[in-house]
Amino acid sequence: MTRERVSIGLALAAALLLSYDLYQMFMVLPDEALQGAIYRILFFHAPAAIVGMIGYFAALTFSILYLSSGILRWDSLSASIIEVSLVFSCVNIVTGSIWARIIWGIWWTWDYRLTSALVCVLIFAGYLMMRRAIEEPTQRARLSSALCIFGCVDVVIVWKSIEWFRNNHPSPVLSIRTGGGTMDPAMERIFYLNFLAILMIAIALVLIRTRQEAIAREVDSLRRFANAV
Amino acid sequence: MRTIGQALAVARKDLAVELRTKESFNAAGAFAISILLLFSFAFDPSPEMLHQIAGGLLWLVFAFAGALIFNRGFARELPNECLDALLASPLSSGSLLLGKAIANFTMLIALEVVSLVVFGIFYNVAWTFRAGELAIVFLLATWGIAIVGAAFGAMTVNLRLRELMLPVIIYPLLIPLLIAAIELTDVVLYSKQITPDQLLWGRILLAFDIVFTALAVALAETILVN
Repeated sequence: MTRERVSIGLALAAALLLSYDLYQMFMVLPDEALQGAIYRILFFHAPAAIVGMIGYFAALTFSILYLSSGILRWDSLSASIIEVSLVFSCVNIVTGSIWARIIWGIWWTWDYRLTSALVCVLIFAGYLMMRRAIEEPTQRARLSSALCIFGCVDVVIVWKSIEWFRNNHPSPVLSIRTGGGTMDPAMERIFYLNFLAILMIAIALVLIRTRQEAIAREVDSLRRFANAV
Repeated sequence: MRTIGQALAVARKDLAVELRTKESFNAAGAFAISILLLFSFAFDPSPEMLHQIAGGLLWLVFAFAGALIFNRGFARELPNECLDALLASPLSSGSLLLGKAIANFTMLIALEVVSLVVFGIFYNVAWTFRAGELAIVFLLATWGIAIVGAAFGAMTVNLRLRELMLPVIIYPLLIPLLIAAIELTDVVLYSKQITPDQLLWGRILLAFDIVFTALAVALAETILVN
């Protein structure tokens, strides 16, 4: 019950914050000098990428926790986080493609960030497919956790390997990366607020998915019990 | 040392079975040669074009044909509960996985040699000028593919749709290794000068091999528990 209240509270807070952000983005902030109106996609594109990445590494932590403790709840949490992160990674890729089409004139280029984002999606889509293919909950949790560890390590290697040979992606603009002077403070404030809103949506979705996973686990154990009887 | 000894015993067993039946090697070899043939007809590459695509073509062939070998690695232990017997034996999980990887590696290297000869003939490419460097690239990249293939072959052995799941999972994981192998093969095959930037690809291959071998051995128990 508490979890439901938290997820509803988070979703409501995210909706309010998102409404404020949208108002600021479209009614208050001016167009960017070089890119025009399309720069606003950045407010969704980059936060979605960051939330996705945070999710994958949070899932890695919970996978390791599952392997060390054997508690299925950690595995459910890991799977829920990966599902939600995958959605945000797809949002990141789609919004990036729309931006690239307008600014560069192409939908896609084999830049290291784009490639590593796509590899991430492919690896964790494989993770979800593998989960669907395993009936037995303990085996599913064990193998999924192992795959999550392999996947996260691979994402780091992909990032480093592609970084060395291809990079068209714009450089970081946030003041925490550059020390300031690259992005208007008013725009940066909305960026952080939107990041917060998207993070809250992600956490609310994870809580909902974890609850569904727990119910599915319960149904599954009841079915097994009924079959055994 | 004991782990290595056990791994070699498993690899010897797998290779002896393969030598008798040739079920994986024949299928993978025929598949590799078919792809080489189809590429030639599909793109009719000029010598200049071949300079750009040779490495990619070879490593795609090896990766695709390799999946046929990896699928059989653990699946051949399923009839008569041989896998359960292996797990119940005093073998450690790590040595079982390493043994399967060594067998995969040997079969894949044999397949690569055959494919390289066919590639040289079909595409009129002399690949023997820097055979030593080419061998180093092939050995490093093939071990990476073999260890990932063995780990995920073990993971998917009891799954429904095993043959479909294995490629879906391993190809995205192999992307950094394949990129590095393609870059280095292109450089060595066409006797280009190796630049410091390209040496980084060698480090990627080495890092991939070390990290994934360590991970596979560390997680062997988790992957193989039945």
